[in-house]
Amino acid sequence: MFENLTEKLDGIFRKLKSRGRLDEENIRESLKEIRMALLEADVNFRVVKDFVEDVRSRAVGREVLESLTPGQQVVKIVHDRLVELMGGEGSQWLKLVDRFPNPVMLVGLQGCGKTTSAAKLARLTMEQGRRTALVSTDVYRPAAIDQLRVLGESLGAGVLQPADTEDPVDIARRAAAEAESLGYEVLILDTAGRLHVDQAMMDELQRIKSAINPSEILLVADAMTGQDAVQVAQKFNEALAIDGVILTKMDGDARGGAALSLRAVTGKPIKFVGVGEKADALEVFHPERMASRILGMGDILTLVEKAQAAIDVQEAQELQKKIRKDTFTLEDFRDQLQKMRRMGSLKDMLGMIPGLGKLKALKDIDPDETELVRTMAIIDSMTKRERANSQIIDGSRRKRIARGSGTSVQDVNRLLKNYAEMRKMMKRMMGPGGKDALRRGFFRR
Amino acid sequence: MFGDPEKKGSFFERLKEGLSKTRQSLVRNVDQALFGEKKIGADLFEELEEMLVTADVGPAFAAELIDEMKEIAKRSELGSPDVLRTILRDNIRFILKQREAPLDIPRDGLYTVMVVGVNGTGKTTTIGKIANELKSRGHSVMLAAADTFRAAAIEQLEAWGERAGIPVIKQKMGADPSAVVFDALQAARAREAGVLLIDTAGRLHTKVNLMEELKKVGRIMGREVPGAPHEVLLVLDATTGQNAVNQARMFNDAIGVTGLVLTKLDGTAKGGIIIRLAREFDIPIRYIGIGEKMDDLRPFDSKEFVDALMG
Repeated sequence: MFENLTEKLDGIFRKLKSRGRLDEENIRESLKEIRMALLEADVNFRVVKDFVEDVRSRAVGREVLESLTPGQQVVKIVHDRLVELMGGEGSQWLKLVDRFPNPVMLVGLQGCGKTTSAAKLARLTMEQGRRTALVSTDVYRPAAIDQLRVLGESLGAGVLQPADTEDPVDIARRAAAEAESLGYEVLILDTAGRLHVDQAMMDELQRIKSAINPSEILLVADAMTGQDAVQVAQKFNEALAIDGVILTKMDGDARGGAALSLRAVTGKPIKFVGVGEKADALEVFHPERMASRILGMGDILTLVEKAQAAIDVQEAQELQKKIRKDTFTLEDFRDQLQKMRRMGSLKDMLGMIPGLGKLKALKDIDPDETELVRTMAIIDSMTKRERANSQIIDGSRRKRIARGSGTSVQDVNRLLKNYAEMRKMMKRMMGPGGKDALRRGFFRR
Repeated sequence: MFGDPEKKGSFFERLKEGLSKTRQSLVRNVDQALFGEKKIGADLFEELEEMLVTADVGPAFAAELIDEMKEIAKRSELGSPDVLRTILRDNIRFILKQREAPLDIPRDGLYTVMVVGVNGTGKTTTIGKIANELKSRGHSVMLAAADTFRAAAIEQLEAWGERAGIPVIKQKMGADPSAVVFDALQAARAREAGVLLIDTAGRLHTKVNLMEELKKVGRIMGREVPGAPHEVLLVLDATTGQNAVNQARMFNDAIGVTGLVLTKLDGTAKGGIIIRLAREFDIPIRYIGIGEKMDDLRPFDSKEFVDALMG
């Protein structure tokens, strides 16, 4: 967690009793922690080593901004540098030219998500009004060609069907010709998953490349990839001179340090991230968010998007009003918990709210399912009036609620305390400083 | 690019330098092998740390192992770094050895094996290979296509079934996986099959509703056949980094994993995460996958694994 890293760093600074300016000694200590955080996030060993060196030289002598603690200052330097290295603020799109078709070739290891990404990418280009066709050259994995056909058809994309006996290079060549005559602007080529050390299979990719001269070659890589990401990326890039990367399975809880490794060894941008199983779950890459994620920082923007998936706009407005007016009731609290449950891992959700990890009382809400169920049971056992106004819940009411929900009075007490703490926090978020975060979109629109 | 690639001292340049150092250290290692290393120092520990971290053992665990080594080096007079390396190898072997337990399938009654994991780890392929192996050992095997979500997953399993001559119980794409499993259990009993292998859809461990679906499949199985699922195999990709720990924890919490399979060890990934898993979870490691051919799924052997890891 970001909180953990910052807290650790602040602890170091406290020990070193140094404030005002970052010096060699306190930087060395904090870089140790940062190194561990990056390695734990699966950034490659060598990449971390160079990165830490790079940050050291940038940090020494830097003044600590008034609004930050020295620990936060170091994290800020690290974060800014990560963002910069992963491509700055901007996002990159496909490089398509005036040509029919623009072949876009997807390559990668087995199981990294090429076929799913091919379909998602087709959806994106079609959304832009570009006629798009899909073709699979994966003659090896059983039913791979069927998989792409089913996905493509469900999107309404063109699907070019290879003949049974064709070899992958011929499939690609014929598909390009067919796409041209049918007037497709984009042709997305799915290739078989292969190991980067399988020379024969890598040769095949090179032959496909020279047969169709793709506008874009994208390496598809799994966000959960560990240290080996550098070897994979290096080999694919050497063989094919890739144009960019699609990072898949970002909807899990992997920190995704592979993103930095991939970028470091290939120098090529990460263009898209896969964030779900459905066809619309492909997004452009945001270096800023990735940096936060690698460091385990709260990522308010992602939270917003996840929240938007589960909460509709009107509800969100209602909620914002309630928070602003400080009329956020236990009933609302229960609704929110239910929605969080729908959104997925509660821990993830809580982790995305900056500052939340710092609230000791909220740490007591152990974000696991049983706790969640119990919390809801307690609120369910309250009367409507109690839910609307928690002030009236006295000792005897607490006893009754505990009995009704099969919990103890202590459980009820704890919940009420957490709820009060949460309201306080929400009020603070609406105060100076917090408003910015909200305007950026916590409960946007 | 990381700054201007032409510019000297850019991040990229330094990384390249770093990588060439890898080559240099390789040469150095050969020298050491030929002439023996002089003494145990910081260099050696850094080298060992890099070896462990690069294998995905995890930074904290790697540091722990290295600290142990340092203690040992301090306490005793060790002849050479090789002795220390041997001790490290033995320590890792010891951790893995405890989890070395091949899948042993009894011959009486129906034995059910449920195969689970995140997307793309090689569940279906693993099932194809296990089915083939069991059949060749004389078990009567059946497959259940309970991945009704991914397009053509059913066809993929059927292709494996056809290849090995093993019946596949299936329904249409989008069907309720519990219903497929229910059917498969009935069919397996009717045909007196010895083993039923169940392919489930890949799912990220963080998706609450999908994990609930898995629990439901497990409940149905337990209701229909006492003790089922007898084995729950979690398939992990050797390329995976530290996230495998979360995968193991959450799948285990949801349905109780009884065996691990580590696939894709034929690439350059070392799969060191399995060592961390072996230490943190009391779950046997059943198989490793080292290639695409039918017999490329092997029972886990701790010695072989450590030899491959440490060279």
